[in-house]
Amino acid sequence: MSDHDHDHSELSETELRVRALETILTEKGYVEPAALDAIIQAYETKIGPHNGAQVVARAWTDPAFKEALLDDATKAVSTLGHVSRVGDHLVAVENTPRRHNMVVCTLCSCYPWEMLGLPPVWYKAAPYRSRAVKDPRGVLADFGVSLPKETEIRVWDSTAETRFLVLPMRPEGTEGWSEQQLAELVTRDSMIGTGFPKTPGAPS
Amino acid sequence: MNGVHDMGGMDGFGKVEPEPNEPMFHTEWEARVLAMVRAMGAAGAFNIDTLRFYREALPPHVYLSSSYYKKWLLGLEDLLIDKGFIAAEDVAAGHAVQPPKPLKRGKFRLDDVERIMVRGKFGRVASAPAKFKPGDRVRAKNIHPVTHTRLPRYVRGHFGVVERDHGCHVFPDSAAMESGENPQWLYTVVFDGAELWGPDADPTVKISIDAFEPYLEAA
Repeated sequence: MSDHDHDHSELSETELRVRALETILTEKGYVEPAALDAIIQAYETKIGPHNGAQVVARAWTDPAFKEALLDDATKAVSTLGHVSRVGDHLVAVENTPRRHNMVVCTLCSCYPWEMLGLPPVWYKAAPYRSRAVKDPRGVLADFGVSLPKETEIRVWDSTAETRFLVLPMRPEGTEGWSEQQLAELVTRDSMIGTGFPKTPGAPS
Repeated sequence: MNGVHDMGGMDGFGKVEPEPNEPMFHTEWEARVLAMVRAMGAAGAFNIDTLRFYREALPPHVYLSSSYYKKWLLGLEDLLIDKGFIAAEDVAAGHAVQPPKPLKRGKFRLDDVERIMVRGKFGRVASAPAKFKPGDRVRAKNIHPVTHTRLPRYVRGHFGVVERDHGCHVFPDSAAMESGENPQWLYTVVFDGAELWGPDADPTVKISIDAFEPYLEAA
């Protein structure tokens, strides 16, 4: 990955610098190291694409929920007690046979953390941020994704505190599936708009 | 500022390279940097917009050659030094040699972790009616502030249509400079691909940004 430090000596230097900063912040009484540990643990366990997948699966099985989600995603998600708490300004955008949605943050790395976890390196790196708004079909090709040439592509650049969650289309052949079964088909990339949900029976 | 962070539409960065089964953090220090940034922000050392401005203000060659969390680390150090929370002498010594500066919300403790796992609220009460409504044709102003802005270069001067009204929100351009929240109306504005990228652009592509009212003029 070109955007990453893999050089051992640089890594060590950075590591020392990070440790020094933490020592300074701790000695000055700004932070408790145990609180930093707890933040990391919370990120590692409480957030992730499983949250978004539950929301998508519910929208696929419950038309009233889907309508509420598209109307006000923050409010709709807050009614699902078992899903992560969610902040304000979440917007869900629906893929249809006519329109495909794709989300980017050209200026930094804005991403619906509570729904999808921390963004992957590619989402934060220059190739995606530069090209998603100018050549979205080319970017999709990098993911091995192609859309019919007449499908409208809508790219959402997250330039404010609004956060976007793509509601992908429900795969065919899933009639009668439970919400839990459906949630397992929902991939992270399908909720960013750079992929599709898994299809039944396909190798994962 | 017209920095290298404003990447929309730039060429030459190559293919997107997804990493299969990517871990949440690639090294332990990345996680520590994330935690320090979240903790110091929650303790009141800075707001999110000021923090973004410090990352954008890294020298272009540093911005482009540093990994994501390296940029976070460098931006955090610069910000904390500038705002007087740490001193260059502390960094040189590798531990605190100067006295601390009081934090707006005090020390970040274990009890504070729960509240930071939900994003902050940026919606504010409007002090004036919205100038635009969905369906209005607008032009993104041709402005080039040297400080923080969330109006990307690739839309400036171009015509689009207001699609959604998100209400009134903290204005990052003001908040980043610590000159108050200065709430402004926020809209999703949609542009045709050809409007932004010329007549050869893919006719099926539309791009939207979320634009604060001061970024827009009626068209």
